[in-house]
Amino acid sequence: MTKVKIYVTLRESVLDPQGSAVQGSLAKMGYNEVEDVRIGKYLEVVIGDTDRDLDVLVKEMCEKLLANTVIEDYRYEVEEAN
Amino acid sequence: MKFAVLVFPGSNCDIDMYHAIKDELGEEVEYVWHDATDLSEFDGILVPGGFSYGDYLRCGAMANQSNVMAEVKKAAEAGKPVLGVCNGFQILTEAGLLPGALLRNKNLKFMCRTVQLKVENNDTLFTNQYEAGQIINIPIAHGEGNYFCDDETLAKLKANNQIVFTYSGDNPNGSLEDIAGIVNERGNVLGMMPHPERAVDALLGSDDGLKVFKSIVKMWRESHVS
Repeated sequence: MTKVKIYVTLRESVLDPQGSAVQGSLAKMGYNEVEDVRIGKYLEVVIGDTDRDLDVLVKEMCEKLLANTVIEDYRYEVEEAN
Repeated sequence: MKFAVLVFPGSNCDIDMYHAIKDELGEEVEYVWHDATDLSEFDGILVPGGFSYGDYLRCGAMANQSNVMAEVKKAAEAGKPVLGVCNGFQILTEAGLLPGALLRNKNLKFMCRTVQLKVENNDTLFTNQYEAGQIINIPIAHGEGNYFCDDETLAKLKANNQIVFTYSGDNPNGSLEDIAGIVNERGNVLGMMPHPERAVDALLGSDDGLKVFKSIVKMWRESHVS
């Protein structure tokens, strides 16, 4: 069993109004040193026994469904579980 | 002319769409469930609004994986008219049938009101009954209608006159170049955030949307009936 941690974030060229709103709130709370906030998604995908190459598998899932590469970037970390 | 209204779990404008075609336009129409594997009997495909699959992950992302979407792609390749409204527009961009994507509204609010649209291109399958530059009143109801695409795509959209509707005056969602609706390069797939099917009777405040459907029927008649 393998746990894959996938991070999906808006591309840098895409405005993130949610992140801007959160940054505004933080500034109002006095955290003026905050320069930017970007909000994304975090997914944990647990993968059972497979003959397929894990990188190929994860990239395929990200490209086909988990991220929309027109507006989003993704990256992932693989965590071996027992 | 026979229309299909696709129904996904979470569609909620399918009944309005059906009503527009059957009662206001007077053409044949059937509901088609998302697991259908054949759309060949239909002349036009309507992808209605709503919250397919609860808008989980991304609007339209999971609906795009339904069986019926492979058939919608076939219909589009065959040149049949395909209209996606609101969530239907989001599904068509996820499917790659239309370029770009719909982002969260700039003000982060769900906007539900009637807006003014400008008909930017009246030389399409979907807008031939309008005057060029005509201003029409059509309701919107969305939280993620902020159209976005990269510069290269935008240049192509402009060069090919693919921008069909823009918001006139006030842009409710922050979309690029005030875009409210676009067609594909071939011109037989239209996606739009505003709801023409909710503006098909003056009793409901506006019947300006009916001409979208009348345009489709006119083009179909001209090519199928001698």
